[in-house]
Amino acid sequence: MSILVNKNTNVLVQGITGKEGSFHAQKCIEYGTKVVAGVTPFKGKTLFNDSVPVYNTIKEAKKEHKIDATMVFVPAGFAAAGVIEAIESEIPLIVCITEGIPVIDMLNVKAALNCSKSFMIGPNCPGIITADECKIGIMPGFIHKKGRVGVLSRSGTLTYEAVNQLTKAGFGETTCIGIGGDPIIGSPFISFLKMFEQDLETDAVVMIGEIGGTAEEEASEYVKNHMKKPVIGFVAGKTAPAGKRMGHAGAIISGGKGTASDKLKTMEKNGIHIADNPSVIAETVKKALSI
Amino acid sequence: MDIHEYQAKELLNKHGIKTLKSILCFKPEEVYNAYKTLSSSVAAVKAQVHAGGRGKGGGVKIAKSADEAKSIAEKMIGMNLVTAQTGKEGKLVKKVLVEEGASIIKEFYLSLTVDRKNAAIAFVLSAEGGMEIEEVSKNHPEKILTVSVNPLYGLKSYHILEMSLFLGIDKNLFGGFSKLINLLYGAFIAEDMSMLEINPLILTGADEFIPLDAKIILDDNADFRHPNFKDLIDEDEEEPLEVKAKSVGLNYIKLDGNVGCMVNGAGLAMATMDTIKEFGAAPANFLDVGGTADAKRVETAFNILLSDKNVKGIFINIFGGIVKCDMVAEGVVSAAKNIGLKLPVVVRLEGTNADGAAKIIENSGMNFVSAESLADGAKKISKIVNG
Repeated sequence: MSILVNKNTNVLVQGITGKEGSFHAQKCIEYGTKVVAGVTPFKGKTLFNDSVPVYNTIKEAKKEHKIDATMVFVPAGFAAAGVIEAIESEIPLIVCITEGIPVIDMLNVKAALNCSKSFMIGPNCPGIITADECKIGIMPGFIHKKGRVGVLSRSGTLTYEAVNQLTKAGFGETTCIGIGGDPIIGSPFISFLKMFEQDLETDAVVMIGEIGGTAEEEASEYVKNHMKKPVIGFVAGKTAPAGKRMGHAGAIISGGKGTASDKLKTMEKNGIHIADNPSVIAETVKKALSI
Repeated sequence: MDIHEYQAKELLNKHGIKTLKSILCFKPEEVYNAYKTLSSSVAAVKAQVHAGGRGKGGGVKIAKSADEAKSIAEKMIGMNLVTAQTGKEGKLVKKVLVEEGASIIKEFYLSLTVDRKNAAIAFVLSAEGGMEIEEVSKNHPEKILTVSVNPLYGLKSYHILEMSLFLGIDKNLFGGFSKLINLLYGAFIAEDMSMLEINPLILTGADEFIPLDAKIILDDNADFRHPNFKDLIDEDEEEPLEVKAKSVGLNYIKLDGNVGCMVNGAGLAMATMDTIKEFGAAPANFLDVGGTADAKRVETAFNILLSDKNVKGIFINIFGGIVKCDMVAEGVVSAAKNIGLKLPVVVRLEGTNADGAAKIIENSGMNFVSAESLADGAKKISKIVNG
């Protein structure tokens, strides 16, 4: 078991012929992901890597294929439109990798998403992977191993850091999701915590947050009130100065709000097991699971 | 990105929002002439720097004659303005805005921000204009109203009614207030702002609502559809090293410590800074070198780190996902040799071919130490810089 994606997930790639899109589509296929089709405007009726059919629009692709999920690599200026196209085409899962989408565009996407049948991960994220089954994203596949811990994160390489430890320590992972580093994202931590709580193979969840916003605080309230499984938390940015965007558009302390120490305080109060630095994430999982 | 008050007001004017007449000046003589041109009985001389709290720091003064305006400007231009938001080093004032006076009946606080929690545009209002909103929010949360507007439905008249009732605005002034709120909402979206703060918004003796001050933050991600954004950048307001890093495509933020950090990924970069602090040293910077940490990029990054004279040692922390660690290691060594790097460097490479990478680092003949984990690396570099 896993959440959201597995070996039977049929995946579409939006922007499959672009530099990033083609590189990572190929890596996903190598990992075992069922990439059934791609979309790039004006590249319809061609084949990607001699095997995956490319269409001009999602509408065209849907006529020929059953699509469960789409991986969006459309450039930032057009990405919101690409996601809305996927929403209107009723694609159940939208994974948007693109970084740099204007906030105003994401507000519209989010409003459209709220009254749709789609579920969205990202943008500005590494994607989602169910170990040994399906990778929809840009994370290195080899560090993942099927196991018992779910991973959620607002970051990229920091997630790999956690996954690598979990794999090496023998816990392995069920599903890992980068939820995105932007101020407005498709789905918050809570949406996934709910799924992990119900997933039979997930025994614990690692949640990696960072400065900016209040998503960690809200998630920790949810953990306290609705979860039996242990949640292990880390928050990056204790030393980040106020008012500066730390790489990710959403990682900013504004008006004194969104500091790491506020987040950690609330998380700890709500029963989340805190890892003081990223090197002790696996160790903290071990302790939490042995309680 | 932050912009100046005078630029913010120009943006508002572009969208039909009236502000007081004002003139930007760089020299005291210009201020003298500006006062004459405005022909107002009083004028404000306002320092143009990217920081709030200017009033308290002496960056906003009232003049009652052209001579007084000039003498204020003589002190203000060239001063290091220290406010609650500038840090103790302050900001050098290079230009001032001379603005006509107005009869103020009432002052309000008004801002528009992106409401992350509700994915909406939020208006924040208070009848306590001119105050620090953080303080009001802490001590008197009941004096603040937040109205979130769902972007799908847009701003409606009942939103504005709620705002005006809360602020105690007279019924016969509702039309003018409503017009202003609509224009602000439109400008916020059209210009891709991520924050618009008007503190204070004044009601004048002529029954007009006018932004007396305006602070705008623009969404950098939207610069592709706003060719004017690049003209609004004032490099004098930025940390020179950050400007330099940006020009070579690096995401760099200067901090106060002495451990230079080079990391791939923003989250890992922050976590690296935090871990260095945990082990008793202080990070000199945030630096995300991105996914392709090749020799050329590493060399560029070294040059930025070395421009900060506080740096006593460097910690490189790369998680090689798609890129292979031994290739990154070779890049690091060749970049370091190329620029004749003398400083001690701790290198931690994790991911594909990490073992081979560690050997390359250890056998480089440079002042390099290899580390097994983030914590191990942070511990080693802290020990080195702390002697």
